[in-house]
Amino acid sequence: MSFLEVREVVKRFGANEVLRGINLSVEEHQVVCLIGPSGCGKSTLLRCINGLEEIQSGEIRLHGDRISGPGVDLNALRREVGIVFQSFNLFPHMTVLQNITLAPTQVLRVPEEEARERAMALLRRIGLEHKAQAYPDQLSGGQQQRVAIVRALAMEPMLLLLDEITSALDPELVSEVLNLLRELAEEGMTMLLATHEMGFAKEVADKVCFLYGGVVHEEGPPEEIFKNPKSERTQQFLRSIIEAGRL
Amino acid sequence: MPRDGLGFAGGALLLVVLLFGATLWVVGRVKQTMAINGFQALWADALLLGVLLVPLALLWPVLRGLGQARSARRALDQGDLIAARVASAEAHTWAWFALGYAAAWVIFLLLVLFFIANNVAVGRTFFQLELIASSFELVLRAFWVNVVIFFFAGLLSLVWGLIIAVAKLLPGRPAQPIRFLATFYTDAFLSLPSIIVIYLVGFGLPLTGIGFFRNMPLEALAVLALTLTYGAYMAEVYRAGLESIHPSQWAAARSLGLSYGQTLRFVIIPQAVRRIVPPLLNNFIGMQKDTALVNVVGVIDAFNQARIIASNEFNLSAVTTVAILFILITIPQTRLVDRLVERDRARMRQG
Repeated sequence: MSFLEVREVVKRFGANEVLRGINLSVEEHQVVCLIGPSGCGKSTLLRCINGLEEIQSGEIRLHGDRISGPGVDLNALRREVGIVFQSFNLFPHMTVLQNITLAPTQVLRVPEEEARERAMALLRRIGLEHKAQAYPDQLSGGQQQRVAIVRALAMEPMLLLLDEITSALDPELVSEVLNLLRELAEEGMTMLLATHEMGFAKEVADKVCFLYGGVVHEEGPPEEIFKNPKSERTQQFLRSIIEAGRL
Repeated sequence: MPRDGLGFAGGALLLVVLLFGATLWVVGRVKQTMAINGFQALWADALLLGVLLVPLALLWPVLRGLGQARSARRALDQGDLIAARVASAEAHTWAWFALGYAAAWVIFLLLVLFFIANNVAVGRTFFQLELIASSFELVLRAFWVNVVIFFFAGLLSLVWGLIIAVAKLLPGRPAQPIRFLATFYTDAFLSLPSIIVIYLVGFGLPLTGIGFFRNMPLEALAVLALTLTYGAYMAEVYRAGLESIHPSQWAAARSLGLSYGQTLRFVIIPQAVRRIVPPLLNNFIGMQKDTALVNVVGVIDAFNQARIIASNEFNLSAVTTVAILFILITIPQTRLVDRLVERDRARMRQG
């Protein structure tokens, strides 16, 4: 049994079937990258794992626990599974520090003082302790996204989901975010990320899954997927990525 | 070929001369009315003289315009097109300036005529200074009742409205009846004229004989009625505000493990409130004005007091006092709303 098991998951938005019986597994301390064309279901899958979307059939298990379907304590689940979004989604009316301490103090009931110290330690780590009292608007995109990652980390999740977190960034800001991910990967953080950063996927991922048509079309270690893709679709996708100069 | 603007400036001059004539005539009428009523005062004469000077002052822009038009003419004769265009533009601006002020002056003269018509009937009916002065204290004291009603109804409807709005937004099937009730409530009270609610609550509830309501002062019943009505308005504003927060904020908060209620309290409401302060204030102002309606159930508010005075004295000047009081407390608030809206707009341009 893997750490995260996604089995035959189907997700429909009305008549539109986005996930069509998808299967996926992630081991502990693994970094798994989801690649594929827009609309293939990468983001939807992540949102389903976090319980932000209900699934229509199939099941998702974390550590052997079923985390999909009725009777699941979503708030408890979300304490264990963090997610970071493409558009950062920081709370604009709170300072950076408040953004980070809100969930630990309110959800985990960590004392204010302790939560603040831990948040400051996290900010120091990403070199933003001087921005603790700043508001999100006053930060660059890269800084905001790093704060968003740290906000998720403050809950000490077992699994971190990352939904195209560099797609909304200016190119020169991407590396600061990817460097943070690299560090997290080295520390053994279990991560599942939807990404268009093929170079990063190649370097950091333990496994790459190519999503197409709502299922995992092809999966394997990055060397294999990027050098030796078996299926026609995967080859086509990678060709267009190479043409765009992204690999 | 630019036009020199001589014709336009000349027309403006003619108009200002006519305006002077009209002012002279109006001043004559005022003086005549004063004579009939045996009123004579140095300050009044000085004031009338000042009124006469206004159209003369308008001669200044007109003459400047004419001067510019003449130099435009000269430049045209010399074939200097650019200089002609510049001078002509100046001439037009000055002439328009005179016309704008002249139009406002005409309206002022009409108001004066209206005021003194029928031997100052308008003035006597609405602006009898002695009555305004003698009844001022009484009216002001009654106006305090309006302020108190407004203050409490405002506060309560803010809270009540938020409760209704949150009830309307409760998620899930179990909350469906609550949502339905809240929706029905807002629909009903948005369509009910507040005067009817005040009437029903103010007269009806004490009639039921239920101890709690029977012993309530009328003012409190008025507060209750206004809260019921304006709670619905406030709820709509809150709801619009809460729904205007992007779903991604919900997703971010929920994904951190915050419950529905925590998300509302820490993330959604604080952001929504900032956006809805201007419309909420607008509702406040509307409610403030509606406090005058409580006279239908016999609360002695400023309007009711003024009506009593009006029927005793056969003169509406005390009501004018009330009108002025309402204007005085409302204008600063309207300006505040304008400023808040402007500030929000500026912030959005920034962001």
